Amino acid sequence: MKINSILAMSALPLVMASSIASAQTLDVKIINLTQGMYFTPLLVSSHDASQHLFESGTVASVALAAMAEGGDISGLVSASEALGAVNSENPANGLLAPSSSTTLTDFNTGTNEYLSITAMLLPTNDGFVGLDSWEIPEAAGTYTIHLNAYDAGSEANDEIINGGAALGTLGIPADPGANNGTGASGVTSTETNETVHIHRGNVGDTDSNAGVSDVDSRVHRWLNPVAKVVVTVK
Amino acid sequence: MNMKKYFGIGFSVFSLAFMSACSDSDNDNDGVKVGTLNGYELTVTNLTSNQPLSPLAVAIHNSNYTAWTIGVEPSLGLEKLAEEGSTTEFLNEAISAGVYASVSGEGAIFSGESETLEIESVKNDEMKLTIASMLINTNDAFTGAQSIDLSSLEIGDELSVLLPVYDAGTEANNELAGTIPGPADGGEGFNIARDDVNVVSRHPGVVTNIDGYDDSILDSSHRFDSPIAKLVLKRIQ
Repeated sequence: MKINSILAMSALPLVMASSIASAQTLDVKIINLTQGMYFTPLLVSSHDASQHLFESGTVASVALAAMAEGGDISGLVSASEALGAVNSENPANGLLAPSSSTTLTDFNTGTNEYLSITAMLLPTNDGFVGLDSWEIPEAAGTYTIHLNAYDAGSEANDEIINGGAALGTLGIPADPGANNGTGASGVTSTETNETVHIHRGNVGDTDSNAGVSDVDSRVHRWLNPVAKVVVTVK
Repeated sequence: MNMKKYFGIGFSVFSLAFMSACSDSDNDNDGVKVGTLNGYELTVTNLTSNQPLSPLAVAIHNSNYTAWTIGVEPSLGLEKLAEEGSTTEFLNEAISAGVYASVSGEGAIFSGESETLEIESVKNDEMKLTIASMLINTNDAFTGAQSIDLSSLEIGDELSVLLPVYDAGTEANNELAGTIPGPADGGEGFNIARDDVNVVSRHPGVVTNIDGYDDSILDSSHRFDSPIAKLVLKRIQ
């Protein structure tokens, strides 16, 4: 991810950077770039430098795992707000369908200087689209960020669609697009990297009644980036 | 693959302003306009393993022209570009939309190879460049970039852009024999039927017959990831 605005910010004298703490108002447009993957309800969070909704290379929190395995953002909301985050919950009013977008307008971040975003990817076991602690530029303007797909590392990617949304329950909750198969034997029963990492992608297969996976390899794969975010600092 | 289409437009670098200003092609000696022309050289290098790129379609324009939008139904021109690799309809639509200049590539660009084109346009406050090309060993994948800002380029300046991969959404990615126009298959190019999501998105990649999809006509060499190609743009005039 190459963000000129971040480079510009880092060149500012520290004395300026420390005086930013004034309220900012943002418009945040989130575009699902994929052809076949749904985003569960989005969490858009503004917070301070000490907080993360997720961090690559670290074990997922229970709240993050609940989001990544079942789309439940309530744990992340309460945990972040306890630390001063200002959140927008579910700006798309439900699922964000493939290739569609949603815009959060006039998001007042208070004195929070960082922006994070999460949503589960369906159908996956514990895949999610994420933005971790993007420093909100001080200068008014429009900034574009591309987001990758992550694996929470909290559940094996068996790719069996069985309604398994609850934390710790193996399986994929659903394919909202109903392009899935059934009767899969399962791709794997183990998770080799139990920290948050870049998702390796769905394997899938083309057998709608059996095979190793209930997801369709022609429909439910993706290449990074999976989302484009356009932030307008007002 | 219909090679005739690839060469139909040939190497025509033209400016719409000149089209109306003078009827002959000897523009350089028409002293009236020379000082108002910007010239660009662009080089595209195919970075894929085995996905030849169809002839480039290039336009210079202002913000009134958008060739495609994620989540929006593609035009017929984009469908033809992404399914059969033809630039004609795509560029005709661009010209109808009032682009300043357009050019079509000479031929397919094979993996590891490059093509260099030149394009001239009258100077305008807004100078944006859009480029597109099909991955011809796919159902309807294309690479490209839209509205690259040229306005700050001085003569001699250059910029480099890595091009991602899009899916036109007009033809299902079934990878079946007879559906892919490139050398992997030699199958059908354009088909008016739209049997896919019918909106533009990023491409999910191809499965291929090495990865459990026995019916796929594609093999491991046809797999790809983003970026597909490298574009180097240089202002030369």
